[in-house]
Amino acid sequence: MAIALQVAGLRKSYADMPVLGPIDVGLAAGSISVVIGRSGCGKTTLLRCLGGLETPDAGSVTAGGAALRRESVGYVFQEPRLMPWLSVARNVGFGLAAWDPERRDRAVAAALDRIGLPDAGQALPKQLSGGMAQRVALARGLAPEPDLLLLDEPFSALDPFTRAQMQEHLLHLHRAYGTTIVLITHDMDEALVLADRILVMRGGHGVPGHIAADLAPALARPRRPADPLLSNWRASLAGLLSES
Amino acid sequence: MRRTAVLLTSGSLFGLAIPSFLLVAWLLGSASGVVGAAILPPPGQVVATLLAMADSGELVQALVATVSRLAIGFLLGALAGTVLGALCGASALARRLLDPSIQALRSVPSLAWVPLFILWLGIFESSKICLIAVGVFFPVYLNLLGGIAGVDRKLLEVGTVHGLSRAQALLRIQLPAALPSYVTGLRSGLGLGWMFVSAAELLGASSGLGFVLDDGEQTGRPERILAAILLFGLCGKLSDVALAAVGGRLVAWQDTVRR
Repeated sequence: MAIALQVAGLRKSYADMPVLGPIDVGLAAGSISVVIGRSGCGKTTLLRCLGGLETPDAGSVTAGGAALRRESVGYVFQEPRLMPWLSVARNVGFGLAAWDPERRDRAVAAALDRIGLPDAGQALPKQLSGGMAQRVALARGLAPEPDLLLLDEPFSALDPFTRAQMQEHLLHLHRAYGTTIVLITHDMDEALVLADRILVMRGGHGVPGHIAADLAPALARPRRPADPLLSNWRASLAGLLSES
Repeated sequence: MRRTAVLLTSGSLFGLAIPSFLLVAWLLGSASGVVGAAILPPPGQVVATLLAMADSGELVQALVATVSRLAIGFLLGALAGTVLGALCGASALARRLLDPSIQALRSVPSLAWVPLFILWLGIFESSKICLIAVGVFFPVYLNLLGGIAGVDRKLLEVGTVHGLSRAQALLRIQLPAALPSYVTGLRSGLGLGWMFVSAAELLGASSGLGFVLDDGEQTGRPERILAAILLFGLCGKLSDVALAAVGGRLVAWQDTVRR
């Protein structure tokens, strides 16, 4: 079940240097929110705070009024971060150790099927291409059927063709699972193709990261970077980012 | 020409080139009388000694004595190294408490323990096994500790986002990731085990390959010394090949260059 996320007064500092916040934002259940901004603006710190990898100095992250439960969050990193000693299937089922084996096998098979690698279960990570490994990482994030999926520039290391394929995969998976998604990118086309909502972040050079603009691109799906309507949005987004 | 050279150098038999050269040099040196038989007996005499030892049952008896000492010492040393390496690798508190003392003990030359072990455990098997275990312990401990400490933080974060406890992260991420380093530690430990079993047997034993070495020296029979050295080399190499084969299967997932 997708969840609505409420972030209130979130702040983070490293060695007394404020790097983030305050962040106040609400994200609708089942929506795809894309956080975009220049390098060093605090995007990843925000996502790590949401995912429990960093402890915020202040503020709260709640879902439906209650504290966000770790088991309801999936996280996909910039790199695949697969366990090299585990098969693809066991990597995908990494977060399902507590599940009944039969249910786990079904969930793994379904996740592999959805990312288009139904026969890769027995392969080792070293046998995968970069794109395949990232798809497996996506399947690992989705296999526990999280209510919230956090993605930290998951496609940034891929070539443009594979990246477009992966974006298609993500939208397909979003339709299948209905998960609330927060994705970080600095690619404007990726943001415009995927987002229900775009949060433009600014920060860095002593200024704590904050949300400088909150956009909801009113664009029909499916979207293509070449669509003329996207060009207008791209121009607006470029303007906002250049002010960063 | 180039292709022939590649074929010759790529096979596993290429590693026999230097031993073969040394054997030929040994044969020629002995046959021409350049080296006296009292210094370096001819290969045939060493082979004859080995056959005689096999015939009398001394060979099997010596091998069983040495290998069983090594096996027990290796298992004890490897077990202690594994437990303490995993403990210190997983717990910063245990590392701060135990590692300085272990490192201090490591700087004591292992043979310096011999008098104390003999005093505490007697001249018989226990002191020898203890010495071998000490030799095996340090490389196993150090490699496992280093392997666990060197685990990629990014993999540990995967455990964090999946809600793994520290114990679960140790079992499911740190120990498997440290396996290549651990296998290296076991192989180093086994090599040192062979070194220490020979030292222990030289220092006082009535059986084993080290005893054959000592006996050869005491009775002025260099062919017995060479026979024992050959057996040590052969057994050491075979045990390392076996351990490397097992270890290689365990870490077959590594994406490494093999030439």
